[in-house]
Amino acid sequence: MSSTQLKSDSMVSLRNICKTFSPDSVSEVVLFSDFNLEILPGQFVSVVGSNGSGKTTMLNLICGSIVPDSGSILLKGEDISKMKEFQRSKSIGRVFQDPAKGTCPELTILENMALADNKGSFYGLSRGVSRRRTDEYRTMLQRLDLGLEDKLSVQVGSLSGGQRQALALLISTMTPIDLLILDEHTAALDPRSSENVMRLTQELVTEKHLTTLMVTHNLKYSIQYGNRLLMMHQGQAVIDAADEAKEALSTDDLLNRFNQISLEVGN
Amino acid sequence: MDVFFGLFFNVMEEGLIYGIMAMGVYITYRILGFPDLSVDGTFPLGACVTGALIAVGVNPWVACLAAFLAGAAAGCVTGLLHVKLHITDLLSGILVMTGLWSVNLVVTRGSAVLPFYNKPTIFTSGPIVHLMPPGMQDYRVVLIVLLVVIVVKVLLDLYLKTKSGLLLRASGNNPQYVISLGKDPGRMKIAGLAIGNGCTALAGSILAQQTETANIYGGTGMVVMALASVIIGTSLFGKIKFIRPTAMVVIGAILYKTCLVIAMQLGLPTNYLKLLMALLFTLALVGNQAFSGRRKHPHVVNPTQI
Repeated sequence: MSSTQLKSDSMVSLRNICKTFSPDSVSEVVLFSDFNLEILPGQFVSVVGSNGSGKTTMLNLICGSIVPDSGSILLKGEDISKMKEFQRSKSIGRVFQDPAKGTCPELTILENMALADNKGSFYGLSRGVSRRRTDEYRTMLQRLDLGLEDKLSVQVGSLSGGQRQALALLISTMTPIDLLILDEHTAALDPRSSENVMRLTQELVTEKHLTTLMVTHNLKYSIQYGNRLLMMHQGQAVIDAADEAKEALSTDDLLNRFNQISLEVGN
Repeated sequence: MDVFFGLFFNVMEEGLIYGIMAMGVYITYRILGFPDLSVDGTFPLGACVTGALIAVGVNPWVACLAAFLAGAAAGCVTGLLHVKLHITDLLSGILVMTGLWSVNLVVTRGSAVLPFYNKPTIFTSGPIVHLMPPGMQDYRVVLIVLLVVIVVKVLLDLYLKTKSGLLLRASGNNPQYVISLGKDPGRMKIAGLAIGNGCTALAGSILAQQTETANIYGGTGMVVMALASVIIGTSLFGKIKFIRPTAMVVIGAILYKTCLVIAMQLGLPTNYLKLLMALLFTLALVGNQAFSGRRKHPHVVNPTQI
């Protein structure tokens, strides 16, 4: 899938991306050299790969927390390479590995949701929390099945990691977005909370037809969810399987490829 | 007994005036996690702007507003230095505080002390003073200051519940969340610093009108005074749900002022006042750590990186 042909119908395009960390020093790491990726609208891409393979850097490049040395990043055909992170966020929803990052701990659930509900609009001097919308927030929380609908005025900081992550996921998809980015969003959760968050992820992605990019260390999830799978290694996609090809993959296939890579690099 | 009442009113008047500043610093220090040293410069800035305007016959309430705006402008400069030029929070404050020294001298046309005796102030003119019954005239200073405190407190409380106010609180608490909402936390930081320094300058303006003098040395120790008020207020009353933080810090300012006055009454020489202020602040900080046992703001992103 390293084609350089122009595809205007892609949701996300990474073109000729080069990124080197700590250039001209002993710790220089060339992560991406001429990396290309096209993600089509409606694709749910799960990304696996060992540490340092470039998974999270790829997300950071798309979101704008890291700037590439060269190459361009397109969202819906529009070049967003020069945009700041907060400007890109207008059309991107992101859930982090750390549940604390996706919500504001000192504000209540209601205040957090009201803030997120206003995303894309002007944050002016009108009342922050609109009573009219409260019932709707309650309905949204009910689907999480965590009892949060009865805790609207509780500070988010006092919730558990699983609850916060489910809330963060809900919040990131409250307003229409073009792309949902999941950055190992179940890695810090216990198995039951992970399952719950993954179930919610699948529901939201299907319901809102979201183009999704999910980085995970959980091979099972990468097989179970999504309609395209990428395995990253040293800044390249060593496996890129979509639809039927992805259906045919199993966790054993992934593990074998992992071991093969480990042998190649010699560890 | 008269002495006691005299002291009581002195404490209330000054405590409430410093309370206005404490509410401003609550926004910068507690909400944004920004230790803002420019306060030492914006407090006398408010006084000097007021002095200069009242001396040429401007309405004292208009002078208060002008002082607020001047302070807000100075706060914006602190914020811009920090956010746009990536200068650390402490240094940005020091730079603005230092620069304001000259600005204040320009405003007062070169004099360190600018008296405006017998000119109309908010305590001697205007409808509020005239409408007050004769029995209350003796207490008019404390009553008018109280009125200003209540107006500022209500406005701040209302603001913190608006969309912009919620975003401000989120900016201090979790800047990454604000970025996710497609907004620039840096801009909210500048707005918060503007409000905080505006309140500080307003406090400077009112203190100047109470003494009918603008003094460019008046800012020394204001950072300590304001931070101590915020920390004393929020750590003593933090657990009480029905008192809002804005009220807590005003009470904190009154308590702090009370401690200073008591020490003076016990015979501490005036020269030791600032030393005592620093000592009391240290005690408040240590006490706060001992009681709470944890930092109030677990910043997700290092605030100096924004």
